[in-house]
Amino acid sequence: MPNNQTMYDKGKVVVGLCIFVILVTFPVWYNLGKAAPAPELVLSDKAKAAKECVEETSYMKAEHMQILDVWRDTVVRDAKRVYVNSKGKEYEMSLSNTCLDCHVEKAQFCDKCHDYASVTPYCWDCHIDPKEMK
Amino acid sequence: MKSSRRSFLKIAGVSALGLGAKPIIDVFAASDEHGAASKPQTMKGKQAFIAKRWGMVIDTRKLTSEKDLEPMIEICRKIHNVPEFEEKRHEIKWIWAEEFKHTFPTQEHAFLDEKVEHSSFLTLCNHCEKPACVRACPTKATFKRQDGIVIMDFHRCIGCRFCMAACPYGSRSFNFRDPRPFIKEINLKFPTRMKGVVEKCNFCAERLAVGQPPACVEVSDGAMIYGDLDNPNSEIRDVLRSNFTIRRKPALGAGPSVFYIV
Repeated sequence: MPNNQTMYDKGKVVVGLCIFVILVTFPVWYNLGKAAPAPELVLSDKAKAAKECVEETSYMKAEHMQILDVWRDTVVRDAKRVYVNSKGKEYEMSLSNTCLDCHVEKAQFCDKCHDYASVTPYCWDCHIDPKEMK
Repeated sequence: MKSSRRSFLKIAGVSALGLGAKPIIDVFAASDEHGAASKPQTMKGKQAFIAKRWGMVIDTRKLTSEKDLEPMIEICRKIHNVPEFEEKRHEIKWIWAEEFKHTFPTQEHAFLDEKVEHSSFLTLCNHCEKPACVRACPTKATFKRQDGIVIMDFHRCIGCRFCMAACPYGSRSFNFRDPRPFIKEINLKFPTRMKGVVEKCNFCAERLAVGQPPACVEVSDGAMIYGDLDNPNSEIRDVLRSNFTIRRKPALGAGPSVFYIV
């Protein structure tokens, strides 16, 4: 009966395995402890004075993209341009005219998190950041 | 046996009643607890102009030279960030001047009044009743609104240009280049477009929404009339009643909503 326990080319296989494991885990240990700090948002004076966005801050942090998505569809497709928030306050549904009116500095507000999270929304291909235009 | 069947039917009846009542109770419970006020809502602005079917009449008797058309074309360019390219093939058209033979191709003949033959006509999207562009669009980026305006959702446009092939009036233009550097004076309140999307006249939907007439109508000094075609008492219907009007290529059956007094 042949011995099934024998491993052929044991040395080469083990070394190869080691190299493989090192290579695969390279991104993990290479970047260990180098995580970029979470960005600190800079609120404009107007945004600070307003205290609250169109909805609660926690909600806006997590769901602003959904709100913007609803806004763009309702404005373009249903011709409705006024948003009444859960407290009954009315806002014009407009990225350039409502959001950017308070959050004047797109670079300090939108871009900071988007760069950190490595997302590139294409809003600004068409919508205008007044700061950028000048 | 008898009594058990009877009690079974009783219980079955009562439970059916209970199950049937649940949706009704739910409705009441919902309206009591949450109420309409706490849920975010969307609505039209209070000053918004509303119609069943928007339309326009262009009185070409009042617009005799190409110079008369300029203010309308210029204001549209300005408020909608329409770029100006030097190359004709890159041209973006929302509202533009066109010769008689191209405006009303089926009406042209050898003995046409020279004044008519050589004058320019104001042309724009006809906001058709049965828009061919809407049928051609594979992504529903272009669609007809409830109020008859044929409008584009630039977010959805993939730039396939089927709508341009479908539109019999040449009312649509494609952005072959990034339009931003070619906009003379940017209106910060209105978005621009990007390379690779189609664009066209939107009947100033953004102005109607805040209770303003379309920009071209406003500067036309009475040569353009707009209004609700569906309302027999509207100004536009009055104008249509008292004047003979023609439309562009009516035989195609698209049902244009822009009328011309020639």
